[in-house]
Formats: sequence, C-alpha cells, structure tokens
Amino acid sequence: MINPQLDKNGGLQHLLTIDGLPRDVLTAILDTAAPFTEVAEREVKKLPLLRGKSVFNLFFENSTRTRTTFEIAAKRLSADVINLNIGTSSASKGESLLDTVDNLCAMQADMFVVRHAVSGAPFLIAQHLAACGRDHIHVINAGDGRHAHPTQGLLDMYTIRHYKKDFTRLVVAIVGDVLHSRVARSQIGALITLGVPEVRVIGPKTLIPADVGKLGVRVFHDMRSGLKDVDVVMMLRLQSERMQGALLPSPQEFYKYYGLTADKLDCARPDAIVMHPGPMNRGVEIDSAVADGQHAVILPQVTFGIAVRMAVMSMLAGA
Amino acid sequence: MKIHIKNGRLIDPANSVDALKDVFIAAGRIVGVGAAPEGFSANRVIDATGLVVCPGLIDLSARLREPGYEYKATLESEMAAAVAGGVTSLACPPDTDPVLDEPGLVEMLKHRARNLASAHVYPLGALTVGLAGERLTEMAELAEAGCIAFSQANAQVTDTRVLFRALQYAATFGYKVWMQPEDSFLARDGVAHEGEVATRLGLPGIPICAETIALSRLLELVRETGVALHVKRVSSAAGLEGVARAKAEGLPVTCDISINHLHLSEQDIRYFNPHARLIPPLRTLEDREALRLGLAEGIVDALCSDHTPVDDDAKQLPFGEAEPGATGLELLLPLTLKWAGEAQQPLATALARITSDAARVLGILAGRLSAGAVADVCVFDPLGSFKVSPASLKSQGKNTPFLGAELPGRVRYTLIEGHIAYESGP
Amino acid sequence: MQLPDAERLCAELADSLRTELSPDTALVGIHTGGVWVAERLHAALGLKTPLGSLDVSFYRDDFSRSGLHAQIKSSAMPFEVEDRPIVIIDDVLYTGRTIRAAMNEIFDYGRPARIDLAVLIDRGGRELPVCPRWTGQVLRLKPGSNLQLERNEAGVLSLRLIDD
Repeated sequence: MINPQLDKNGGLQHLLTIDGLPRDVLTAILDTAAPFTEVAEREVKKLPLLRGKSVFNLFFENSTRTRTTFEIAAKRLSADVINLNIGTSSASKGESLLDTVDNLCAMQADMFVVRHAVSGAPFLIAQHLAACGRDHIHVINAGDGRHAHPTQGLLDMYTIRHYKKDFTRLVVAIVGDVLHSRVARSQIGALITLGVPEVRVIGPKTLIPADVGKLGVRVFHDMRSGLKDVDVVMMLRLQSERMQGALLPSPQEFYKYYGLTADKLDCARPDAIVMHPGPMNRGVEIDSAVADGQHAVILPQVTFGIAVRMAVMSMLAGA
Repeated sequence: MKIHIKNGRLIDPANSVDALKDVFIAAGRIVGVGAAPEGFSANRVIDATGLVVCPGLIDLSARLREPGYEYKATLESEMAAAVAGGVTSLACPPDTDPVLDEPGLVEMLKHRARNLASAHVYPLGALTVGLAGERLTEMAELAEAGCIAFSQANAQVTDTRVLFRALQYAATFGYKVWMQPEDSFLARDGVAHEGEVATRLGLPGIPICAETIALSRLLELVRETGVALHVKRVSSAAGLEGVARAKAEGLPVTCDISINHLHLSEQDIRYFNPHARLIPPLRTLEDREALRLGLAEGIVDALCSDHTPVDDDAKQLPFGEAEPGATGLELLLPLTLKWAGEAQQPLATALARITSDAARVLGILAGRLSAGAVADVCVFDPLGSFKVSPASLKSQGKNTPFLGAELPGRVRYTLIEGHIAYESGP
Repeated sequence: MQLPDAERLCAELADSLRTELSPDTALVGIHTGGVWVAERLHAALGLKTPLGSLDVSFYRDDFSRSGLHAQIKSSAMPFEVEDRPIVIIDDVLYTGRTIRAAMNEIFDYGRPARIDLAVLIDRGGRELPVCPRWTGQVLRLKPGSNLQLERNEAGVLSLRLIDD
C-alpha cells in the first residue's frame, strides 16, 4: 500500500496525517501560511485562489467550531462551500461512507474536508478516490477518531514558531487525555519531525496510551516535575465521557493534579506559552485566570488556524 | 474408480513416510502404498512426477456462511474453494444464523454438505444457546446430529459460573470444547493489538492480558472439570507460554494458530488496511516469532486457515467498523509451504500440522494414507505458485491481507473418498 | 546585446516622475525586482507616503497550472488605499499578467483614485491591454529569453539576460 497522502511524484495530494510527512513539507506549509495571516487584516478578506472550486465539508462527527474555521478559510479563498452534517449512529445507517463520497464526486466536488468518529476514515476515502482515478479531488482530514487532526497540529506548530522561533531549542509538554486525543498524536508527530529535542506527555496512567514512549516522548505522571523548565505547555480537552469509562474518578480530582493553575505554571519557564485547541473546560483542565492570562496564546491560535487552513487548501488545490 | 498415483513423493507424516512411493486407490480407500495390490488395474493414472502426494488437508476452522449469511458465501462456493485448496476435511464454527445450537440445523448442514460430495464437514456445536453464554445447549443431541466438539466461536461466556457448568457438562460426555481465550471486558471496543501501531494510528487496543487472563480462567476450569480443551487462535507469546505450561502439567489441552498470525503482525495494518482487521488482532513481531517457533516445536498442535469470507461492502469501511476476518481455505497450503521454507522446516513437519496433527485435535481417524484409510488425498506441485487475486480465489470471500502476493505451491489434484474432486493443469 | 545600466535607468525614471506626482501618491512595488526599483524611486523622490509592496502570487492566473510558488512574501500596504493615487512599480513589463494581478490585489485593499504604471524595462509581448505611463527603456528581446533584475551584495542593481 502506497502512502495515500502523496501523489505519483511525491507531492502532497491529500492532508491526512502528520505521520510520514517530511520536515520540509511541514516547514513549507508553515511558510505558506505566513502571508495568509495578513488577509484577515484587510477589508476585503478574500483571495481568488480557489474561485470556482467546490469544497465539501463532510462532517460525520459534529463540530460547529472546526467546520466553521474550514468554511471561513475556504470562503476567504473564494471557494464555494457546501456543509454536510451526517449522523454517525449505526441506527441511522443509510448510505455507506464510500457511496456518499461517490455521490458528491458526481456533484463536481474538488475538495473534501472530512471529520469522522472512526480512525482511518479519510484514508479509506483517499484510497477510494485513487482507485477511481479521481486525481483532481483532494481530501483534508479534519479529525478522524483518535488518530489525527493534522491542521490542528500545524496551526499549533505555527503558533509555537511565531512566539518561540526555533524548534530545536524547546522543551514542549502536552498535558491531559493523550489516549483519546487525535490532536495530541498530530502534535507529537509534528514536534518531533520539526526537531523539538524534548517532547513530554503528562497525565494519569489511565489517559496515557501504551507504548507512547515509542513515539519519541517522555512520560510524566506528576505535573509539576513534568512542567519543569518547559517552554510550551499544550493543554488538551478533557471530555466528560472519561468519567463513565472508569478512566477518571471526577473532574475535581483531575483538576487538582492535572489542571493548569498559576502555581503549576510557575514550574515552567517564566516566558512559557500556554496553548489549548479549544473549546476549553475552564476549571477542569485549565484555570480561568491562566486561560485569560499573559502566557496564554489561545486566541491567536484560532487566527493562525484560519491562515494555516487557507495555506493547506491552496497548496493542495494548486498541486 | 481405481486410481494409480505414480511417481509422486509421498509425504505421510502419521506413518513417517517421505519417499517416492506410488499410491493405489479403489472403492474410495487406499488399497496399496508402494507396490500395487494383486491384480490392480487402474481406470485412471495420475502422473505425479515432481509432485508431492499427501493426505488431504484438514482445516480446523472454515466458515461456510450457511445457514444465514448466503450473501457472503455459500456451501457451493466455499466447498469449491476447499477442494481447490487441497482441503478434504474442515471444521466449521457455530456462528451461523441461526446459530448451530439445534440438532435439526446441524443435520441440515451435514445433509447439504454430503449432497455436494465434496470435503467432509465437521460442524462445531454451540456451547450455549444462541452463543449468548447463559443456557447450555443439548450437547448430547448435537453430538448425535454430528457435532464433533463445542465452541463459542468469537462470543464469550462472561458469567464464570455458566462457563464452569458448561465445561463440566461437556466433560460428562467426554466432549471437547474449543475456546477463543479473550476477556470480553478487556477486549471491548478494541480493534487492534494494544501497542505501538494502535497508539500511532489511534485505534482502540486489545491488550495481551485479555488473552492471558481468559486463558488462565479456562485452564483453571480444565483443572476443576477435567474437560478436554482446544485453545483456538492463540495470538501472543504469553498466551502460548500459558498453553505450554498447561501441557507440561499434563492437562488435556491442544491449541492452534491461524495462517494470518503465522505470517503477519500489527505492522501489516499499515494505512488502516481493513483486510488486517482480524479476531484475535495481529500482535507484535515478537509474538509472531514465538508462534512460529511454537508451531515448529509442536507446542502449537495445528495450523488452520480461520477462513472467514466477508463481503466487500463490509470490508470497505474505516478500520474499526470493518467486519473482521480473512478468507483462507485456498491459502492454507501455500502459507504452510511459505513458512516451511522460511523456517527451514522439513516438509513432513509442516504438512503434519495441517493433516495428521489437525486430525488428532479433531479426534478423527483421518489425515493419513495408511492402507485401508479413506482415500482423501492432496497432490500438489511444491515448485508451482499461487498468485492471490480476486480472480484466482474460488471462495466468494476475496478479503485477505495476502492479496497480490505470489505464494509457493499449487494444488494439482484433490481426491475425496477416492474420486477426483478437483484437478488443475500445471 | 548591450543591456542598459539599471541604476541609471532608476535615476532617469525618478526624474520623469518627479514633477508629475501629487503629494499623497503612493508607490507600490511588485516583489521582488519591482520593490527594489520602488525603493530607489521612493528615496530619490522623498515621498511622504510609506512604500507599499505586493506579492501577487495569490492573484496569478496560472495558479491551477503551476500551484503556489515556494517563496511567497508578504504584501504590505501601510496606508489608506481609498481615494489615493497609486503608481505600480515593476522591473520588467512583459505579458502584462503580473500587472493585472497587482491591480486586482490593490482593489481588495480599497478603491484608489487612480493607478498608473512605471517600469524599468518594457520588453513588449503584451497579452493584456496594459500600458505603462513611464518607462525606463524599451527593449526588443527574443521570446524565449529571460530578463532579470539583480541586486549584488553591495545593493547595486543590474540587468541580466538569460537565453533559453
């Protein structure tokens, strides 16, 4: 099986995962995103790059947030955007995933932005498109199960580069529910590929996956020691379902030991930045004052996110 | 029909034969090995020069998908696949629809199979009604209808007390139980081995302790009840060690592994290949090595195909939603030969695992070419090859992680009860 | 062929513009050569309005064929475009497509009072109705050849012709 992200010449045909993308491809995406940040400052926030193209937001898992940022990015590139929210419950089993994709191709789709609850779904779509010879259609993974959320990983890297400049001198900590987090997996992949010398994950054993050390990270179960001398603190969202799965007793205990409070943040470097993919659970994974404080760069992440997504869409469409 | 198979290399592990010897068949039985019986005049002579002549293969697990899943496969298509693969006897799991928990269903299946005059079918009866793990089936009635042993297929009996009683009941009549060791709670929602690949790909994992914990439970119950246990589809080194210790202790335990676990590992999931979605999951390279060593040493008694035809629609789904299982009847011989070559095992040892040893597990008198034995024979070209493709597979199930592979060995003739059920050109 | 001295052309171009610009005119250079020329002109003319610069990559008409180029620079228009006279500055004018892209981009910032064009070299070969108001020099070149403006380490501009 060939890497379905790449075309015959090794160029980027789809963006499905950070895994397997060489450093220069990641850097090129970050470099391309930079000029897109200015478009937001202008009165006419539009560029003609994707004019006449149809971008289909195929969301099998609900997310107004992510869908909206992709929609804004596509519209700023002058694309036509169509949103499809398809329920994932097996009870509502209508069309199969690939049948849905085939129907949309028949409607002249140029690009699919796919979010799905099951890991690997965007790969299936990309392989199917290749098998049908539809080389002009591109797929962007907007989050599949626990596997990957590559545009989030990229915008996080853009944010780090914006504030810290040099990846090769940083200590970065990812805190929270790494086990269930596609964001964390994409972040880890990107940080290591971009040459961050020390990547840490911090969380209770029930939320840190088996063999995560094999991905190249150091595991900490004590947050204070984990945050010592850290330059970038990346918080993850804790979902309430974790209490049901016998993974955690309560949000309160989680907050006490793994929530980012000012005094825990003091263990990190004085110029450390605090990031969060959103939406935040204030008082669960992050203290409100820290979320609104001077170390937090959470709102800039959102702005950069639109630019990064514009860059990715442009690079794929122009390929 | 009198058949003379001449000039072939006869490999009959049960009788320790590996030599150039002719085989003579009449009235459905072997009537001579080496020298022709007095006055033998063949109706058909099979020139087996350069070919291997061995007992017809015995596959300990092949899903025929009848009754209930005819859209996935039918008896006709799967029996054709069996004989094309050199398989003359097979055991089928009870997870049909309806489940094989009623004597009538078993009789119907056996009747259907007999009418096709193809491979011998040995149905496994359900251990509990509907495989639900609550009530015992009428095991004696089912055995009388033709069930060779009892199994839960891939379902589990979670209530330990029910499991205890079921094994105790089976032991009463001396029936063997075939169980997949997997703790249903630890395996719940899991779709891949809990390890590096699952972590990287974000797939819910099934830890090895799901197998070892369930195995410990089963072995304790074997000690308590004295039931004969066959552990099916061992997937891990730790699981195999548990079986080895039980055997050393003298417990009545046998085990098998599937052709997929013999050759593949979690690495073969690659980019979420749904053909690598299997039960139990493919584990690490170390586990695979342990299974290969175990097969060579005989700690693993038999190798089976775990043949599970799945329709395309059910496989072309995201990995975790894809239906688990791979087709395999036609790959049993080639993958056995591939292993033998790689592990530098004598052909006789390798073939034993899919003939005489498998027969021993099943408890039938088969898998041997002694004088007087039923003439179930496989004649194959060890230097031929089999290119795995949807077109070359006779099974309705085209779902295998070996698609596109060129595997060693090619079945040339399959004889069942002395008649040629399958033959193909060189 | 003998190529003209780029620095001399810049000085001559500045002289042509000097008496014809209103005080609130903005010069906008097109990356990369056009920006170098615009810097020369801006310094020579002592204009009050800061210099604008455009990277027209996002407005090119050959995007679907060639994709995005590797080194996209940022565009900067540090002044109000609305009702302002603008002069686009570029080094070499050829088909006119770059100027078309630049005009589209400027209009996304606002509505200028007027747009004029000043180029160092006009090499002919227009494919769109684009016409410079001020030109350093007209040159007739072979269709396959590539005329580039270069800047050495000392910051001195020069023209170079690369034949196919």
